[in-house]
Amino acid sequence: MSTQPTSTRPPAHVRSARPRRGAGLVYGVIGVLGELLITLGVLLLGFLVWQLWWTDVEGDAAQAEIVRDLGYVAPTPSASTATDDGVADPSPDEPPVLAEPDHAVSFATLTVPRWQGEPARPISQGTDRPTVLDVLGIGHYEGTAMPGGVGNFALAGHRVTFGKPFNRIEELQVDDPLVVWTPDAWYVYRVTSTEVVTPADVRVIEPVPNQPGVEPTERYITLTTCHPMFSARERYIVHGVLDYWAPTSSGTPAELLG
Amino acid sequence: MYGWLWRHLPGPTVVRLLLAVLLAAAVLAACFLWVYPAVAPFMPFNETTVGEG
Repeated sequence: MSTQPTSTRPPAHVRSARPRRGAGLVYGVIGVLGELLITLGVLLLGFLVWQLWWTDVEGDAAQAEIVRDLGYVAPTPSASTATDDGVADPSPDEPPVLAEPDHAVSFATLTVPRWQGEPARPISQGTDRPTVLDVLGIGHYEGTAMPGGVGNFALAGHRVTFGKPFNRIEELQVDDPLVVWTPDAWYVYRVTSTEVVTPADVRVIEPVPNQPGVEPTERYITLTTCHPMFSARERYIVHGVLDYWAPTSSGTPAELLG
Repeated sequence: MYGWLWRHLPGPTVVRLLLAVLLAAAVLAACFLWVYPAVAPFMPFNETTVGEG
């Protein structure tokens, strides 16, 4: 009958596999560093998902709610009233012009028939990213004309992320309607030109676009967004001019009913 | 790091796995809620305005 050896020393193959103390520390540090780098990679991937998907989910929901709160109801082609055809008649009078609201206050919506499937987006005062563009959608350059005003109603919006209100800006063609709504009036602008400029070209939002110092007599609109997509290298610019305005009580512009 | 975490999670493997998934989800949620929104304005690819912006 044999008894098991009671040596405290482990068998030789286990002893030889155990690394020395210093080497173990090095391997441990490298291991942790590797895990940290992998974690960083996963978190960067998470940032992409957040930026390219989640900000759209949040932005779309928030902007739809603002549009609802403003009292805007998306017109439907069949929603004509019994008494008349429901089409707004262009008014021959001077258009009403709102005073500029406080920063980050939403005061109008923009609908672009060319962007079929796109909802109406709110327009809010200011072009600051954290307070306006990243949450409220389209921003109005402070100090530029208000809808219907003589001068340049200048707007900025994201082309990607945060609801991407100007995502399809490159689809716009000359003569396309840009329909601005306020609780009192519709303002129907028409695209006159598009251009690509550098970020420093503030001339595009001058009262008369691209003509600094000239006194305006026309009612312009200008949209600015980033270009190319996902880049801040240039800006994509769309200019337009007011075609007509109509009181909201008179119906819905034909451009939105087509 | 993760080995240490795994060894210190209590319970059988199934419970540990659940806890690990829960922890990862919590970290991701914190990133979505606070970290990413704080970092986003410093990203250079999303400027839409002309002028100082």
